[in-house]
Amino acid sequence: MTDPRGSFLTPRQDSALRGRKRPRQLSSDLIDTNALAYSGRALDAATQAASVRRWGWWYQAEWRLRSMKAYWSSVIGTALLTPLLYVVAMGIGLGSLVDANAGGIGGVPYLMFVAPGLLVSTVVMSGTAEMSYPVMAGFKWGRLYYARAATAASPQQVALGELLAVLIRLLAEALVFYVVLVVMGAVRPGWSLLMVPVAGLAGMAFGAPLGAYAATIENEGPEFALIQRFVVMPMFLFAGTFFPLASMPVYLQWVGWVSPMWHGTQLARAAGFGMPLSGAEALGHLAFLAALTALGVWLALRSFVARLGR
Amino acid sequence: MTALNGWLAANSSGNAGAVIERGFKVIRNQNWLIVLSGFFEPVFYLLSMGLGLGALIGTVPGPGGAPISYAAFIAPALLATSAMNGAIYDSTWNVFFKLRFANLYQGMLATPLGPLDVAAGEIFMALFRGFLYALGFTAVIAVMGLATSWWALAMIPVALLIALGFAAFGMAITSYFTTFQQMDWINIAMLPMFMFSSTLFPISVFPEAVQWFIMALPLWHGVELMRQLSVGHFETSTWLHLGYFVVMSVAGVGFTTRRLRSLFLR
Amino acid sequence: MPVIEASELTKTYGDLRAVDAISFAVASGESFGLLGPNGAGKSTTMRMIGGTTLRTSGTLLVNGLDPEVHGPEVRANLGVVPQQDNLDTELRARDNLIMYGRYFGLPYSYLRPRADELLEFAQLTEKADEKVDNLSGGMKRRLTIARALVNEPRILLLDEPTTGLDPQARHILWDRLFRLKEQGVTLIVTTHFMDEAEQLCDRLIVMDNGRIVAEGSPAELIRQYSTREVLEVRFGSDRNAALVERLRGFADRIEPLPDRVLLYTEDGEGALEAVRRDGLEPVTSLVRRSSLEDVFLRLTGRSLVD
Repeated sequence: MTDPRGSFLTPRQDSALRGRKRPRQLSSDLIDTNALAYSGRALDAATQAASVRRWGWWYQAEWRLRSMKAYWSSVIGTALLTPLLYVVAMGIGLGSLVDANAGGIGGVPYLMFVAPGLLVSTVVMSGTAEMSYPVMAGFKWGRLYYARAATAASPQQVALGELLAVLIRLLAEALVFYVVLVVMGAVRPGWSLLMVPVAGLAGMAFGAPLGAYAATIENEGPEFALIQRFVVMPMFLFAGTFFPLASMPVYLQWVGWVSPMWHGTQLARAAGFGMPLSGAEALGHLAFLAALTALGVWLALRSFVARLGR
Repeated sequence: MTALNGWLAANSSGNAGAVIERGFKVIRNQNWLIVLSGFFEPVFYLLSMGLGLGALIGTVPGPGGAPISYAAFIAPALLATSAMNGAIYDSTWNVFFKLRFANLYQGMLATPLGPLDVAAGEIFMALFRGFLYALGFTAVIAVMGLATSWWALAMIPVALLIALGFAAFGMAITSYFTTFQQMDWINIAMLPMFMFSSTLFPISVFPEAVQWFIMALPLWHGVELMRQLSVGHFETSTWLHLGYFVVMSVAGVGFTTRRLRSLFLR
Repeated sequence: MPVIEASELTKTYGDLRAVDAISFAVASGESFGLLGPNGAGKSTTMRMIGGTTLRTSGTLLVNGLDPEVHGPEVRANLGVVPQQDNLDTELRARDNLIMYGRYFGLPYSYLRPRADELLEFAQLTEKADEKVDNLSGGMKRRLTIARALVNEPRILLLDEPTTGLDPQARHILWDRLFRLKEQGVTLIVTTHFMDEAEQLCDRLIVMDNGRIVAEGSPAELIRQYSTREVLEVRFGSDRNAALVERLRGFADRIEPLPDRVLLYTEDGEGALEAVRRDGLEPVTSLVRRSSLEDVFLRLTGRSLVD
């Protein structure tokens, strides 16, 4: 076994015809170019293939989570700051108006009513962000999915890895959000922790189908801006986050029924302050979210395979 | 005087009109749904908060203390907020993107156009968009019966004044930014201003020290001014609010002018 | 009188001296090249000429005017092709030309026919109403170059104009640029393609680390910094370095590289004969004329700079 440093070449003698400020060296001066092709240190091809066949989905998720590091400080900052702001605005501000007039909602102060909804809707909106531009960019701008697909990973693994990474990120955000709510007294600790997985599920119920759609976009148009303004925004405002759906006129209540945010919020409220929810209702909400998620995953697999296999 | 003329000659070809012309051409080419969506955002807020929360809250004291419906309370505030948001978006994110990523201004500045022409043209376009949205939203307010005075029409020019104040400052601040991550912090700073500036609830719920802090922020003045206009109730404070924005606009334009070369010429 | 005159021109970004006290003059109608590796300061120099980057010190006159004081007047005479296309992606191809002309204050009556002419020049007539995003890389480059001509500029600043063009488009562009030069347009060109510099430039400066390291016509530079011919020999990666001493006598200058050895000499064939007579049999050998590329590499080094 030869020491790779043993084959260092001496720096070129006339490296500076003119006085040079920073010494520049050929890359071949610094590395053993003879070992570039085959040093014997990498795993053999069959082992590489077997490992990717088994773990490729996780490698993809790992990569995506790492790439989130670029903006993790604003992710954490937002996850900490948003609930703080909301608690002050809703608890002290709006809450004082609502509680003074209606004496709270469903027997609890307005702040406790609204907190689970804020958690769920914030997480759903993060899922929207993660599954829109980043997915399109992976195909169109950075073309990183193609780079992944050129390794031993399969398109299915790339798709699953992406979804998994986003789920992990959503759960992490939900957890931070939840802890802040508990510390601020907007949620009582205990079973209310179930809000966190519920929010993750709701996030994927909207995010997975969106990701599947994002993977089909060929030319960047106004799609995401329109989805943001005509789907996500109305969902946030009309789907029972800030008030019970019943206080909306009947002709607007359907917005809640079809939106993952509302189904997630209802479950989170049951967990958060024991809002009465029959077993059938709970099952219905869960089934709705699970079905949308499953549909989204299936569609995402399909569109990744179609796009990467072309 | 000669110094001013020299400065103008170095930074302007007097052809900001061409930048505006481009703006209109782009609007014509744009997806009309996108243009429309800017109008819908405050309307959605008004419907959601006004109808949904309004049902739970009932009435609140309006300007001068007379009770008004919750929807009437937040409608003028949403107009002020939308003027602020549009102006900030156009003068920060939009300028930053065109400057660093689309390299649009680089192309413009390779022609006789100077930084002053580009800045003036872009601020004009931001105000024009703001004007359209203010017009639409004021109409919505009127149709919903939330404005009770002809003075409500004055909300349209006041929305432009609010937009000018924010846009001028936004552009100056953008000259200090170098990455998109830093731009994120603008949004983080805007959210609390929106939530606490008496937009959705009166600031009397806060301790007095906090109230003073909020009253130093521009949006609060915009919201109060709009609210007074919507019902045609005026006090001495009306002039104070108006004065705040006049001073802010003048100072902002001065600030941006000073930063013009740092922003566009590197 | 020179159209561009720079003296001790300097631009610093913090500690980095991007352009370090360079002086040069470009005569009217001249075709002037700026060569140098990435980061040598070429593009910064180009932007300072247009007054879109503010210099730190030194003087610069374009048509006798300081671009920082008389920016609009200076730029009205310029046509700028930046290194990276900065087309207006919110406008269609034809509107890109027309709007750009409007920035010069030109009337529509002039711009409409001019745009058609330029689209023809760039062979984009069929793409006139296409969105910029839908154009290929080469098409975008051609449109950028056409755009720079919209105001019939007397001075053209071309920052790596042919990067991203295929050989056909490259040759067509050289032809067009040559004709503009014949009509008295001054060309300032930066490029990485040495053949392009040899084709286009009457005179050029080689920049490195913000400084001028050589100046002259392509032929002069080759004469001064290289030999007439170059002999390239390969003995296999492990033997090249070992044979350097033995080869030293056969050339004016010798340059060992990991994969081959370069012998700079007036007579390449003769040197190869001599090497063989000495009992050395290279695996491959090549005799060629010395080019601007040899000068460039000698002056600025072979290492990557990024």
